[in-house]
Amino acid sequence: MTKPCELVVDLNEVTSADLPRVGGKVLSLARLAGSGARVPQGICITTAAYDRYLDLTGIRERLPFLLERKAFAEMRWEELWDLALRVRHLFVTTPLPEMLAAELTAALIVRFAKVPVTVRSSAPAEDSAAASFAGLHDSFVNVQGLAAVLDKVRLVWASLWSDRALLYRQELGLDPATSSMAVLVQELIIGRSSGVAFSRCPGRPHLAAIEAVWGLNQGLVDGDVEPDRILFDRFGMIVERLAPHREHACRTVIGGVALQPLTADERSTSPLSDAEAEEVLTLLRRAEKYFNAPQDVEWTLCGGALFILQSRPITALGTVAAGDERSWYLSLRKSLATLRSLRQRIENELLPAMELDAQRLACVDLTSLDDEALAIEIERRRRLLDEWEARYHEVCIPMAHGIRLFGQLYNDRLRPDDPFAFLELLSGDEGLLAVQRNQALQALAEQVRLGPVLAEQLRAGREPAPDDALALVLRQFTACFGGISWVMGTKEDEAQALINLLLEMANHAPTRHAPDRQTREADYLAAFAAAEHSLAREVLELGRASYRLRDNDNLFIGKISQQLREACDEAEERLAQREIAVLAELIGSERMRVAQRTMANSKPFKNPVAISGSRRQARQLVGQPAGPGLAQGRAHVIRRPEDLRTLKSGDILVCDAVDPNMTFVVPLVGGIVERRGGMLIHGAIIAREYGIACVTGVPHAIDEIRSGDQLTVDGYLGLVTIDTSAHDRRSS
Amino acid sequence: MNGPDENDILRELCAGQNLAVLATESGSQPYASLVAVALTPDLRHLFFSTPRATRKRANLVENPQVALLMDNRTNHVSDFSRAAAATLLGTAEEITGTDRDRGLDIFLARHPHLKEFVASPSCSFFRVRIDRIFLVTRFQSVMEYHFSP
Repeated sequence: MTKPCELVVDLNEVTSADLPRVGGKVLSLARLAGSGARVPQGICITTAAYDRYLDLTGIRERLPFLLERKAFAEMRWEELWDLALRVRHLFVTTPLPEMLAAELTAALIVRFAKVPVTVRSSAPAEDSAAASFAGLHDSFVNVQGLAAVLDKVRLVWASLWSDRALLYRQELGLDPATSSMAVLVQELIIGRSSGVAFSRCPGRPHLAAIEAVWGLNQGLVDGDVEPDRILFDRFGMIVERLAPHREHACRTVIGGVALQPLTADERSTSPLSDAEAEEVLTLLRRAEKYFNAPQDVEWTLCGGALFILQSRPITALGTVAAGDERSWYLSLRKSLATLRSLRQRIENELLPAMELDAQRLACVDLTSLDDEALAIEIERRRRLLDEWEARYHEVCIPMAHGIRLFGQLYNDRLRPDDPFAFLELLSGDEGLLAVQRNQALQALAEQVRLGPVLAEQLRAGREPAPDDALALVLRQFTACFGGISWVMGTKEDEAQALINLLLEMANHAPTRHAPDRQTREADYLAAFAAAEHSLAREVLELGRASYRLRDNDNLFIGKISQQLREACDEAEERLAQREIAVLAELIGSERMRVAQRTMANSKPFKNPVAISGSRRQARQLVGQPAGPGLAQGRAHVIRRPEDLRTLKSGDILVCDAVDPNMTFVVPLVGGIVERRGGMLIHGAIIAREYGIACVTGVPHAIDEIRSGDQLTVDGYLGLVTIDTSAHDRRSS
Repeated sequence: MNGPDENDILRELCAGQNLAVLATESGSQPYASLVAVALTPDLRHLFFSTPRATRKRANLVENPQVALLMDNRTNHVSDFSRAAAATLLGTAEEITGTDRDRGLDIFLARHPHLKEFVASPSCSFFRVRIDRIFLVTRFQSVMEYHFSP
């Protein structure tokens, strides 16, 4: 048994009493090794090392600064990701204290200085019968050299604080501050084929299942490589063999692993023969018998020898317990291969198809339809929009992980002071449609500014004649960008609202923030060896595409929703003339949806029980610094879409969430305060494009701040200071 | 990681802390001292006691406007994120007669060991009428409470 202060223990010396210090994964492997199973040799870095690192470096004290900035329950997953990234960066930029590094080095140097290893998590709370943390913490495969091993140890520690692990712990009622993490450093077995075996097949518990891939297990675990599946009945007979379209294997490359194409032979052959599959089944049965519970076993086959890499109990026999969101938490990590294919799908299939649908709808002459046909058309457009929104959630939202993948790579290599410095390489994208739209609006505003007569005419409320050049450009703008009326109220008001916006923009020429992308890109690439440049470039490109698409795909959806609105407007015009039951009902529900959507995600403000006789007023609110800058101005609170119409240049935009379809007002504003949190939400993205101070994740922003309050937005520290004296003077 | 709302924090702070830092003024020079305090449950009044010859009492005679700071820090790093501090602004007045008796009931319920101290003829007893409270939580979140006169 290890003593509490012992930093390392050999896998062969671990006993059951060590569980709190070595975690379930290490203990299972140690027990299997003791039973005679073939387990790669390894050393466990106990939780004592994690605790000592936290204490010696002061990280334990610094963590509450990050974690307690906002109530956990009030955070959205984007905010949790930001939080996890900040915590991870703390670990990345805080080296091991010398004494601790020396002790760990001394323990590892003999066996692991010159051989490739895996560095795997083994948290004491992991993999009990009640909870499975499988995949929630990080593991690293093919790490070489002691310095690299010790770096990865810190990353495994940091993964205790990943967003997915935080969410899962929250669900189980576990406090990460009192959780700890052991790490297993283990000899890497470079298997010819590898896989996972389940003594109860998920969904078919009367069968045992083996999944097998060529090469290493990582591709299978990450979901990038489709495995062969072999199912056994309880007598050990193969009852089913499923062969996928075999394409890739995960193999070792310098500094890690990568997907590589299979040879022609491998493509046409199963990675596991029947005899080998039976050997894996025997191993699985032994593990099941030994632990007296159904097991999920990772294995690899190398030089004819079968190794067991991990064995853990199957929770709830492979069925998803009600409310268990682990699979969703796991989806918070996407591999490069998955993201690459997502990008292709979005850029080459989804967006063009969305555009085509919008164009097709635009060709329908709504005025020629009779009432019944118009009702059918509205329903068709609603269905289409719902379908696109569902696909958006399924495909486009996960694409945002391209940003985090790039951010992580950037931070690991460059170790900047600011964990969000990588955003400078993503912003300034000319392909951002919201920016293109704003540039088009700015060009229109320029026409107004240079034509004082026109401006005067517009100010007097006279719309340009239909054949006027400005009217033409306005129509082109709407056709190109889907209009801005979605958030601006009814169609009749749209032209006037747009003109008001142009008049306001004519007085205020915004400048775009221009990060020096070339220099920053060169600095980024310089952190990689020449052999790694193509990977570094690809991840950067993926990050940029992800950043761009995150905003753009919403505008494509906006075009479909614009077409639905056109049909609704046509119906409303008819309803204004006469009663049409079939249309009245449809329109009622459509308008309600729009109103609900505007205020979506906003939890009702629960005014706390007041202290009697007192008036409560927020003075300073804390959010996240999402756009650097310091701005002062008058608050303009957006409660309803039409509130946008009275926005004046220089105002501080205070809203529940900056909808992608309302970012056109951003160049006008002095600063942004938003209830919805995160560095990657639309408001923050567009604020950075214009160098506007932005604080997001401010709870109840639209309830705590009133229009007219004087605000100071500190986009460096994430603070919003409210000066109500102007208001107070007016009301007194 | 979730906490109570600000009103609860404020109530707990005012009901739970024995001491406050009292700021008075002498001419243009601020002066701070630590005093034992007790508040009414509605947080409208605060009581404290001081010998007559003290600097703070002399200051109060000159200028009754005061600020008090109450906080629950523990002198650990975690204070930066977990400690709450309330700054109370108001006007102090020395009280006597039944006002003093009522105030003393509240004060001595909190500080029974100060019974002899406050009973001394050389000790004066003050009531602060609180106008405003500024509550700081989570390091930088600030909420104001304005009490009607």
